[in-house]
Amino acid sequence: QQEGSDDGPDFLSEEDRGLRAINVDLQTDAALQVDISDALSERDKVKFTVHTKSSLPNFKQNEFSVVRQHEEFIWLHDSFVENEDYAGYIIPPAPPRPDFDASREKLQKLGEGEGSMTKEEFTKMKQELEAEYLAIFKKTVAMHEVFLCRVAAHPILRKDLNFHVFLEYNQDLSVRGKNKKEKLEDFFKNMVKSADGVIVSGVKDVDDFFEHERTFLVEYHNRVKDASAKSDKMTRSHKNVADDYNRIGSSLYALGTQDSTDILFLHTVFFFQKIEARVSADEDLKLSDLLKYYLRESQAAKDLLYRRSRSLVDYENANKALDKARAKNKDVLQAETTQQICCQKFEKISESAKQELIDFKTRRVAAFRKNLVELAELELKHAKVIGVLSGL
Amino acid sequence: MAAEREPPPLGEARPGEPEELEDGEDLFTSTVSTLESSPSSPEPASLPAEDLSTNSNGPKPAEMMLDDDREDLFAEATEEVSLDSPERDPILSPEPTPAITPVTPTALIAPRLESKSIAAPVIFDRSREEIEEEANGDLFDIEINVSDPEKVGDGMNAYMAYRVTTKTSLSMFHKNEFSVKRRFSDFLGLHSKLATKYMHVGYIVPPAPEKSIVGMTKVKVGKEDSSSTEFVEKRRAALERYLQRTVKHPTLLQDPDLRQFLESSELPRAVNTQALSGAGILRMVNKAADAVNKMTIKMNESDAWFEEKQQQFENLDQQLRKLHTSVEALVCHRKELSVNTAAFAKSAAMLGNSEDHTALSRALSQLAEVEEKIDQLHQEQAFADFYVFSELLGDYIRLIAAVKGVFDHRMKCWQKWQDAQVTLQKKREAEAKLQLANKPDKLQQAKDEIKEEIEEWETKVQQGEKDFEQISKTIRKEVGRFEKERVKDFKTVIIKYLESLVQTQQQLIKYWEAFLPEAKAIA
Repeated sequence: QQEGSDDGPDFLSEEDRGLRAINVDLQTDAALQVDISDALSERDKVKFTVHTKSSLPNFKQNEFSVVRQHEEFIWLHDSFVENEDYAGYIIPPAPPRPDFDASREKLQKLGEGEGSMTKEEFTKMKQELEAEYLAIFKKTVAMHEVFLCRVAAHPILRKDLNFHVFLEYNQDLSVRGKNKKEKLEDFFKNMVKSADGVIVSGVKDVDDFFEHERTFLVEYHNRVKDASAKSDKMTRSHKNVADDYNRIGSSLYALGTQDSTDILFLHTVFFFQKIEARVSADEDLKLSDLLKYYLRESQAAKDLLYRRSRSLVDYENANKALDKARAKNKDVLQAETTQQICCQKFEKISESAKQELIDFKTRRVAAFRKNLVELAELELKHAKVIGVLSGL
Repeated sequence: MAAEREPPPLGEARPGEPEELEDGEDLFTSTVSTLESSPSSPEPASLPAEDLSTNSNGPKPAEMMLDDDREDLFAEATEEVSLDSPERDPILSPEPTPAITPVTPTALIAPRLESKSIAAPVIFDRSREEIEEEANGDLFDIEINVSDPEKVGDGMNAYMAYRVTTKTSLSMFHKNEFSVKRRFSDFLGLHSKLATKYMHVGYIVPPAPEKSIVGMTKVKVGKEDSSSTEFVEKRRAALERYLQRTVKHPTLLQDPDLRQFLESSELPRAVNTQALSGAGILRMVNKAADAVNKMTIKMNESDAWFEEKQQQFENLDQQLRKLHTSVEALVCHRKELSVNTAAFAKSAAMLGNSEDHTALSRALSQLAEVEEKIDQLHQEQAFADFYVFSELLGDYIRLIAAVKGVFDHRMKCWQKWQDAQVTLQKKREAEAKLQLANKPDKLQQAKDEIKEEIEEWETKVQQGEKDFEQISKTIRKEVGRFEKERVKDFKTVIIKYLESLVQTQQQLIKYWEAFLPEAKAIA
């Protein structure tokens, strides 16, 4: 399979580092810096080299690297989600599973169809597909890196013990993927959670801020989902058009024409193919990926709100139980303790949640700004270049 | 001759070119440096050197280009067809068009990179005019328009009538400007008559547009949707191109049937064009018979030119078909892109609405607007032109079939000639036999008969030979004409496409430039 690793930290180009800027506010301070310095693509898995630089006393060394696979990232993410102490934070969304299936399938199909096309066509298509494969590879690396950077930037999460183990322990963490039973358990858990979410969301919040946030997030999340899907479709269409230009160019070339206008056309078609491919790639990066990421983040924010609502309901139930207990004068102490715990939990979550949601907005606005500006600049660049070609 | 060349020497050097293109903006820096390193010699590897020398009457092209800022690709292209240029004659023959011009895309980048100004498309008009001038100038002056499709009648007997307007200064016509109403079967009838008269002597008669039962049924049934309007428009344009091509043919233009078609207000209905009529079925049978015959005629080709040409047309046919398929795929995907862009625009607008940060919300709405405008742009311009290109390719694929038909006629002609020779031989042998026979009374009568027959067949052989030579000569001329026309046709479409491309890009720049400050304003 393809080896995606180049030597050294220049592996991720400028474009890819930009993906990290989806969360612009990440302050890389000396205390803890994490990045993925290398990656290797094998048959079915991708091996990421996680590189840490830290001045914190928690670590044995100042700089070190370990190799991690996707499942280990998921394990880390899930451990955050399940940790009651972090209920009040937006847990950085887990990176999506590396998926080369589509790309691999295309490469295979190309191999099968080799006999039916000219050598030039085959070579060109192969190059395109390989570039696509590489692009997907770079993206998955970037996604995994963003996750780690978000954790490292978070004032509380960065101190998490599992996180430190993840960064430092240079053996396999032995977190196998979930087996069937566990996956089934997860499935039921999710069902219960969404059902619960519906019930819990019916409870009106006294706090205006959270009420507003909830309304906003639900609608926003749905619209981001829609925009993300449509953006994907649009990007794919651009890619199709680019592929068509490629084929047209090859056909024109095979025509063997010597007429000057035909040749100019040939140039133009190939050039256009490049432009369309670039537009497609840029849109993919600046728009589609952005939307996809905020789809996941808005879900994480929604989860936070759910947890808060849940704790509010628990708090109110505990209040009611306390009243009942006092009325009956039975198990009052126990009820009081429960009520206190619920109260503390609720207040703790509320406090951090407020800040988290404000930060979310700041990050979101900054990320959109950066990406929209870059998108416009890139589109302008492409449009102007074609103007130059026309020699006017 | 251009036709004689294989996939050109460009083929060897070419692999370099796409590589350069691969680098996007680097395309320009790399080609500029290539240019700078050899300022007076155009792209070396890809050009057959001989072309440059034969056409170096004027100043060396490369120097010309570097000196004149205003010059551009199309000016260069038009150098070839300019009536003023002393190089006109060699260029107009089917010689390889001077391959100097491929340099232009690269050569002109140098002067262009400095000026960001996008000049008005004045240059393009010049090129188009010049091409038209050359076409019509000293040949003939006639212009045909097909317009105003009108539905006549109801139900399954309904049909579309088209207005055919002729503008001409030729004396063979009664008026300078006149128009008639014709229906589709009239066009088919005209083609049928012309084909019958002229194909078998070697003239490439332009084929009529194809029938479409599905398309017409929709129209008859009265479906007023975009697909049937599209169908009618497509057909109208195809009919116009068909007539234009036919009148451009100097021989066909003289034909009385054509004149009648253009001029007479009433035309006898051409029933024989219906697919399922007796004549239609006869046609199909004949076609099948022809196909079988073709397989059995083993022609002794003495003229290498014909063999080469036939092979070339075979290749051209295949390649045009492939190109046609690719272009159709592009048209289809462009439509999809347009739809998807519009859908995204709506979605982005919705997202903008729900975004509670004011500046970002506004920027997202703006983005939605930009995407919507871009969608419109794509629909109107680039897409439309590729559609025209696609139709043109379709025309040429059918034209090539007509060319092949003409080559087949030549084969049949040859066969006839050969058969006549064989028959003559047989008759001579029979005569010889009679000379040796010993039956005096019947002999004289038989001898006379045979003599007559021999004379008859000698004439036939002579005629056969003449016919064969004539058809061969005609075909040579026709093929030359075809190749010229093809180059011209493609050039017109391509130039138009490139023009609209430039306009599209100018628009795109405007849209994105308007959006950029909105995006930057997000705070």
